[in-house]
Amino acid sequence: MTTVIVPRLTKESGSMTQLKHYTLNFGPQHPAAHGVLRLILEMDGEIIRGIDTHIGLLHRSTEKLAESKLYNQSISYMDRLDYVSMMCNEHAYVMAIEQLAKIDVPIRARYIRVMFDEITRILNHLLWLGAHAIDIGAMSVFLYCFREREDLFDCYEAVSGARMHATYYRPGGVYRDLPDSMPQYRPSPYRSKKYLASLNEARSGSLLDFIEDFTRRFPACVDQYEGLLTDNRIWKQRTVDIGVVSPDKAIAWGFTGPMLRGSGVAWDLRRKQPYEVYNQLDFKIPLGKNGDCYDRYLVRIAEMRESNRIIQQCIRWLRENPGSVLANSHKVVPPKRAVMKEDMEALIHHFKLFSEGYCLPKGEAYVAIEQPKGEFGIYLISDGSNKPYRLKIRSAGFPHLAALNQLCCGHMLADVVAILSSLDIVFGEVDR
Amino acid sequence: MQKKLQDYLGKYLGKEIKIIPGVPGQLTIEIPAEKIRATALVLRDEKDLDFAMLIDLCGVDYLHYGVAQWDTTTTTTEGFSRAVTEPKFDATNASNPRFAVVYNLLSLTHNWRLRLRVFLEASQLSIDSVVAVWPAANWFEREAFDLFGIQFKGHPDLRRILTDYCFIGHPLRKDFPLVGHNEMRYDATLGSCVYEKNLVKERVVVPKVIRDDNRYRSETD
Repeated sequence: MTTVIVPRLTKESGSMTQLKHYTLNFGPQHPAAHGVLRLILEMDGEIIRGIDTHIGLLHRSTEKLAESKLYNQSISYMDRLDYVSMMCNEHAYVMAIEQLAKIDVPIRARYIRVMFDEITRILNHLLWLGAHAIDIGAMSVFLYCFREREDLFDCYEAVSGARMHATYYRPGGVYRDLPDSMPQYRPSPYRSKKYLASLNEARSGSLLDFIEDFTRRFPACVDQYEGLLTDNRIWKQRTVDIGVVSPDKAIAWGFTGPMLRGSGVAWDLRRKQPYEVYNQLDFKIPLGKNGDCYDRYLVRIAEMRESNRIIQQCIRWLRENPGSVLANSHKVVPPKRAVMKEDMEALIHHFKLFSEGYCLPKGEAYVAIEQPKGEFGIYLISDGSNKPYRLKIRSAGFPHLAALNQLCCGHMLADVVAILSSLDIVFGEVDR
Repeated sequence: MQKKLQDYLGKYLGKEIKIIPGVPGQLTIEIPAEKIRATALVLRDEKDLDFAMLIDLCGVDYLHYGVAQWDTTTTTTEGFSRAVTEPKFDATNASNPRFAVVYNLLSLTHNWRLRLRVFLEASQLSIDSVVAVWPAANWFEREAFDLFGIQFKGHPDLRRILTDYCFIGHPLRKDFPLVGHNEMRYDATLGSCVYEKNLVKERVVVPKVIRDDNRYRSETD
């Protein structure tokens, strides 16, 4: 921790200089800074009087880069924005393209997207829970959360080949259908046969079998986290009544997602402005009451349970309804390789798509989805060309972090860490 | 739903407001820069509108809007130029003001979204801040200032936010090169960071083309 303590001299004490306010530099290299956040804390003893938040240390100018690239080339940049909820970011981006190009997405692709959105939500909340707990001092929760994340990463890998940065969603659907087999652990001198068999037991069927097995195991895992935290006296002392946000303030500060619902505002885009197939699924929107760190924790825990239910409903539907997962639109979707070998038109389409891309009609669209952290929006302006004219990424974490000063004033130094991690900040999306 | 919102907008903001329909469900209104504070207050405080939340605020630079690097209509006779030879934009979009600030608003009670656009001339690049109306605008305005150089009058703390501490220029303007002007490295002998002129040449692999043959329209249009 780079800690620079600058004592402030006060005048009222005459010739004797008395130290009163401190300026404390927090980060940018600090484990509780969730990446590269630099805070300059104005402190009166151990009480925070003001915070100057410095961001931008992870700024990679994604918006500028997107303006120089074809539409499809930017999908993989979306993964790297909020690198904890990868597929949700892709989702908003491809939906913006689909809205401008007026592409119809096959229903099976919609269910696959919703299922992976919810897998992503669990992934995100698990990382958040582990990091939040370790920031406050509960070590073991972190390890348990990562145990379950590993299984979900395997789902990502099975479907896209990449464990984190999937680039699985494409304008018009998803890249490919769900695989019929899962990759298995191979024998190794470090694993007994019995242990190997237990690892591969859930992986003997298709991806859907594997996810279904996970959804059966997962509620017990959440019970386990809750058993460690929910009624834990230390946990409650660190989170109850810390960082309270009133509903009015949450709206004025532009809070979305669990930050808004933790304050008791029933606002969830999956329900209020349903996209894909959310209006056909049965799930609840968990709400908090007091808007403190503890309520936000409870909301996210309850959201994991609801996501688990949504995934189960999607699995049921996907088992019964085979079909295409990419729109039949040759101008946006590349043709299959086998078709290209025989069909001249397909070859031309392929060549044009990868050498020039596709032009979207003139216009603009703002598309928002309920990402695990809140509202993730893509504001896309097209001037009729093959590249986005302007791509504005509205990340959920940006307004949350902007309110950190107001949230922390009057609290103690140790509460800054608790409040900061309850915001669920990832710098990939804040700095873009 | 959109009709009702349009009626209310006409009622509270006056008939001269310019309403631009776009993608279904997304309304855009354009207002002159001097009216932003008053309009923002009406949009937030009128119970029939109730846009309590500022979801997003961003700048847009329209310098190269509708200007392509390759002309696709004359290629039959002239052929394409090679892509990697740094095709420049030789024209600029002169018909409209160059910059715009776009506000994306959300009304939680009515479940409406509204886009508010204010065009700004490059010579008069300042607009009243809306931080007093929507506190969420604070960092969004700092970002628009940082990336586009738009001044927000009355902003409590208008500093750069995303770029480096001693950055020069506004990187999201269209005339700012993608590779940047300067590069930074750590010099071990000096023991400090050194800023030098960037020697990387900008290269365009896929030029920007505009095709206007409507082939992406669906059957229903």
